[in-house]
Amino acid sequence: MELNTLWFILIGVLYTGYLVLEGFDFGVGILLPFLGKNDTQRRMIINTVGPHWDGNEVWLITAGGATFAAFPHWYATMFSGFYLPLFIILIALIIRGVAFEFRSKDNHPFWRSFWDWGIFFGSLIPALLWGVAFANLIRGVPIDANMNYVGGFWNLLNPYALLGGLLSLTGFMLHGAIFLALKTTGRLHDNARNAAMRIWLPAILILMVFTVFTYFETDVLIKLGVNPGVIPIAAVLCGLVTGWFIRQKRDGWAFTLNALAIVFSSATLFLILFPRVMISSLNPAWSLTIQNSASAPYTLKVMTIVAAIFVPIVLLYQGWTYWVFRKRISERLEDLHY
Amino acid sequence: MNPTPLAQWQFAITSVYHFFFVPLTLGLSVLVAIMETLYVRTGRDLYKRMTKFWGKLFLINFAMGVVTGIVQEFQFGMNWSEYSRFVGNIFGAPLAIEALLAFFLESTFLGLWIFGWDKLSKKMHLAAIWLVAFGSNLSALWILIANSFMQQPTGYAIENGQAVMTSFWALVANPHVWVQFPHTVLSGFTTGAFFVMGISVYQLLRKKEPEFFNRSFELANVFGVISVLLVILVGHSQGQHMVRVQPMKMAAAEALWQSEDPASFSLFTIGDEKNLDDVFAIRIPRVLSLLAYNRLDGEVKGIRDLQAEYETLYGPGNYVPSVFTAYWSFRIMVGSGFLMLFLSAWTLFRMMRGLPVVVGKYFKFFPLAILLPYAANTTGWLLTEMGRQPWVVFGLMKTADAVSPTVSFGHILTTLIGFTLVYGLLMGADLYLLAKHAKAGPEIQTPTRTVNDQAYWE
Ligand code: HDD
Ligand code: HEM
Ligand code: HEM
Repeated sequence: MELNTLWFILIGVLYTGYLVLEGFDFGVGILLPFLGKNDTQRRMIINTVGPHWDGNEVWLITAGGATFAAFPHWYATMFSGFYLPLFIILIALIIRGVAFEFRSKDNHPFWRSFWDWGIFFGSLIPALLWGVAFANLIRGVPIDANMNYVGGFWNLLNPYALLGGLLSLTGFMLHGAIFLALKTTGRLHDNARNAAMRIWLPAILILMVFTVFTYFETDVLIKLGVNPGVIPIAAVLCGLVTGWFIRQKRDGWAFTLNALAIVFSSATLFLILFPRVMISSLNPAWSLTIQNSASAPYTLKVMTIVAAIFVPIVLLYQGWTYWVFRKRISERLEDLHY
Repeated sequence: MNPTPLAQWQFAITSVYHFFFVPLTLGLSVLVAIMETLYVRTGRDLYKRMTKFWGKLFLINFAMGVVTGIVQEFQFGMNWSEYSRFVGNIFGAPLAIEALLAFFLESTFLGLWIFGWDKLSKKMHLAAIWLVAFGSNLSALWILIANSFMQQPTGYAIENGQAVMTSFWALVANPHVWVQFPHTVLSGFTTGAFFVMGISVYQLLRKKEPEFFNRSFELANVFGVISVLLVILVGHSQGQHMVRVQPMKMAAAEALWQSEDPASFSLFTIGDEKNLDDVFAIRIPRVLSLLAYNRLDGEVKGIRDLQAEYETLYGPGNYVPSVFTAYWSFRIMVGSGFLMLFLSAWTLFRMMRGLPVVVGKYFKFFPLAILLPYAANTTGWLLTEMGRQPWVVFGLMKTADAVSPTVSFGHILTTLIGFTLVYGLLMGADLYLLAKHAKAGPEIQTPTRTVNDQAYWE
């Protein structure tokens, strides 16, 4: 395979990994004030993602770095173009990360509730804005002949993109609720499962509306045809089956299927993009593609070798941590480190 | 309005801020790993408590390092898109490799370390903290490989107005890396050591847990003397390297307006940057030549000659960085370095002679001395980055050409204010927590108390 395509896929995999993994810890953060009825429960909720959230976030950092290395123009155009939304996401991620670590290190009630809300908003805002950003990416944005984004801020807040934001928001909330059901016991567990049941319906409805909307707002019809192929259909199907498993109280399966729904949705997105990386709504010839935005072959070759060696190693040890922490969280205070 | 200075301010604020936390992470991770090694080797409870106490302070600091790092990763695209387009081929690679090799390692094994006390065997748990320490220092290596390219570009060619990589090996083996990396990592170790020494002395003066804090102090003292000595030695080679590859930076750091052979070292200069001349100066003859070449003569080029030279080489323009910043940064860094060396060598000397260490006025200075490595780290970076101006990539790209063309003054101002406010708030919270836990001492482990037992939402 040509290296440019390989790197497009690899970056797709990194963003997808990010959405699947950080997706559930965003969801957990959003549900914190709703499901945590007292301080112990809130601590349990935070501790379910305690060992994982930072490792999950590194998927984003790696995706950013890989975009920079493999497609510098994509990196430059996207982040200077989506300037203010990215700034808001960064602020949210900053407060959220610190909140996890700081929250339980002081006993003052105000201190704790302050950081709890930091976790809430720090999770809610990116969960919403990533959807907005990705929807804009496939819809196309004003990019001029010099590869510069010339659209301003409000341009990004069109109805289609906002629906994309609601989709990622509800999808992640569902993901987080199922994760909590999987990792907790007792009342908290029951409440989490009930929440999952309630969030599922709006989430799947939004997914369907968004899918239809996509036919009007993007060039998917030209690119993929009326029958979009197995991957987008698999996304919707997995979403549907997730609901069934939640009702059957099969938390493990529900989690797996919802993760797959996210994977297939994200894969669809990158399928629509390919071989472009940013679509110009002004002139198709001004779009950034995997050819005109890429690094020279030598850089891609070096990076391919590095990735081939280290990506499997990372997957192994990160997978292993999920195995080490596979048990449900207990209510014993000594076990709560956050 | 010209957005470049604003973008520079933003980069300076976010980077210096990130680097408040990074050095302590580099040093304290190693110290905590050493403490836990002692625990696993000896089985003594003292070492376990030391690991937990210093480990908690480490975690509070680490969180700040992580979240401020995320901004670093993206701000090249946000404010410096022309820069990103120009060097992405080269600069992006070490950044991506850093994330893949180092950040995954640190974050994953730190999670295991925090939450794995009773889920992992003792040896595995120890391995986790060593991997965190290794990962942190590995991340320093890759980011400095990236930074070194900006100081001394190697292994590249210019094609279609872009710098492209011609040799990955040349990028990694850049001689600049191999003075900058040891200097930075050792400055991190120094920071960790002075942090532990300062807090230990504070507790010893309050007569709290003398055994615990004496042992911590001794450990950090040995570690600190070695580190600071090596920082100074490597710093010396770094200076020599600088004379060769960025003579203008050295000339600015020495306020050396005219070339001299043998060159004199400035003790104290008040300069006139407009006319490139001294207003008042005390200089020691020959010492700069000694620093630059390890002998008592040899020409060190001055600012005026370099300016003329660069004009013929690169075309008209101003090639003189802020002499004031470079000069005083260099002096504060070097001054702090020697002060730290004397402080820690003095206590080590008493310790080895078996004399009581907890005495005297000097000793009381240690808590305050926590500020010294921070001063040196910050000024070190100011010298490195501001001394390179007007270049963003030395000899290849000027800073003024590197900013994003579509990001307006207002945009940058918004984010500049936003980051500064949030960073200010977090600094308050961070210092509050560090002080609180440092004061509380090792008895109090995690506050397991449950508070505010009501729902936010029914
Ligand atoms: C000398 C060392 C050094 C230097 C010069 C920098 N960093 Fe840093 N960085 C670290 C050493 C480090 C570290 C010690 O490894 C940190 C601190 C806490 C942590 O998790 O890792 C870190 C954290 C950190 C993170 C968060 C990682 C995570 O989530 O776990 C990112 C994305 C960056 N850095 C990126 C950067 C960029 C883009 C820099 C350049 C402008 C930069 N750092 C300068
Ligand atoms: C964390 C440590 C670092 C600190 C404290 C630091 C500090 C600074 C400072 C103070 C400036 C502003 C100079 C000015 O205003 O004129 C600057 C500029 C810059 N540095 Fe660094 N720097 C750090 C690391 C790096 C690294 C590792 C890179 C590259 C990977 C880098 C790339 C840049 C760029 C792109 C600029 C903007 C252009 C400029 O204003 O010079 N810096 N840095
Ligand atoms: C006392 C003797 C010291 C000397 C001669 C020295 C020399 C230098 C030089 C020449 C640079 C600039 C390198 C460049 O721009 O190419 C530098 C940078 C730096 N110094 Fe020092 N230094 C000393 C002490 C210290 C101490 C004690 C610390 C911290 C504890 C420190 C921390 C730094 C840092 C963080 C940088 C920026 C990163 C880098 O470029 O390496 N230095 N030092």
